[in-house]
Amino acid sequence: MFIVDPETGADDVTRLSDNLQQIITDLGGTITKNEDMGRRTLAYQIGRKTEGHYILFEIEGTGREIAELERRMRVNDQVLRYITVRVDEDRRRAEKFKAKRARKASRRSSSGPAGGRGGSVAAQPVAEEDGDA
Amino acid sequence: MSSNYDDRDRGFDRDDDNDRGERGGRGGRGGGGRRMHRRKVCGFCRDKIDLIDFKDVRMLQGFIPERGKILPRRISGSCATHQRMLSEAIKRARNIALLPYATD
Repeated sequence: MFIVDPETGADDVTRLSDNLQQIITDLGGTITKNEDMGRRTLAYQIGRKTEGHYILFEIEGTGREIAELERRMRVNDQVLRYITVRVDEDRRRAEKFKAKRARKASRRSSSGPAGGRGGSVAAQPVAEEDGDA
Repeated sequence: MSSNYDDRDRGFDRDDDNDRGERGGRGGRGGGGRRMHRRKVCGFCRDKIDLIDFKDVRMLQGFIPERGKILPRRISGSCATHQRMLSEAIKRARNIALLPYATD
C-alpha cells in the first residue's frame, strides 16, 4: 500500500500506478490485486499534507521485485509513504486454523467413523505492497 | 488511660478486619476497587476471526479510545494471541496514517 501526493491529477496517478505495476511484471512477478482506495484524510500530517491518495497492490513474487519497487518509490517524490506487508504466512496460518476448525466440526457432527478429510491449503508466496517515502 | 482505650479499639477492629479479609479474598481490598474478576470472552475467538487486517480501520478503531492508545488486554478482553495480532495491525495502520499515533 502506498500514498500518493493528493495534488497529482487522476491521470498522473494512473500513470504512476501503471509504471509501478510494469516494474513488477518486468521482473517476473504478478499483481494479484490492484485497488485504488481513493483519497482519504490522513490520521496525521505527512509533509504538511492532510490528505492522500491510497493505492493497494497485492503482489506475488520473490523479494527482488519488492526491493526494486521500494527503491523506485523511495526515489519518487510523488509517493509519500509506503508499507510492504508479507501476508502469505498469515494467510496460510489462518487457512490452517479454519481447516482444523472445519475438521473438528465435521467430526463432531458425524458420529460415525471419523473421516479425517484434511483440506489442502494452496500456499502461495503473496505480499502486499504499500507506499512510503 | 489512652493506652487502655487504644488497646480495646484495636482488638475490636483487628478481629473484624481479619474476618472480612479471609472471607472476601485478598484481591478485593487491595485492587482498584474491583472485587471480582470478570471473565470476558475474546471477541475474536468468539467470531472465529483468524486474520486481523491492518486496513480494516473501522474494526481497529474500536480498540483505540480517544487518546489513540491501544487498549490493554484486560480491558478489551482479547486473548493473548489476538492481542498480539491486534497490536501489530494497529502499529502498521499507524505507520501508513490510517490511524493516529496520538490525539490531543
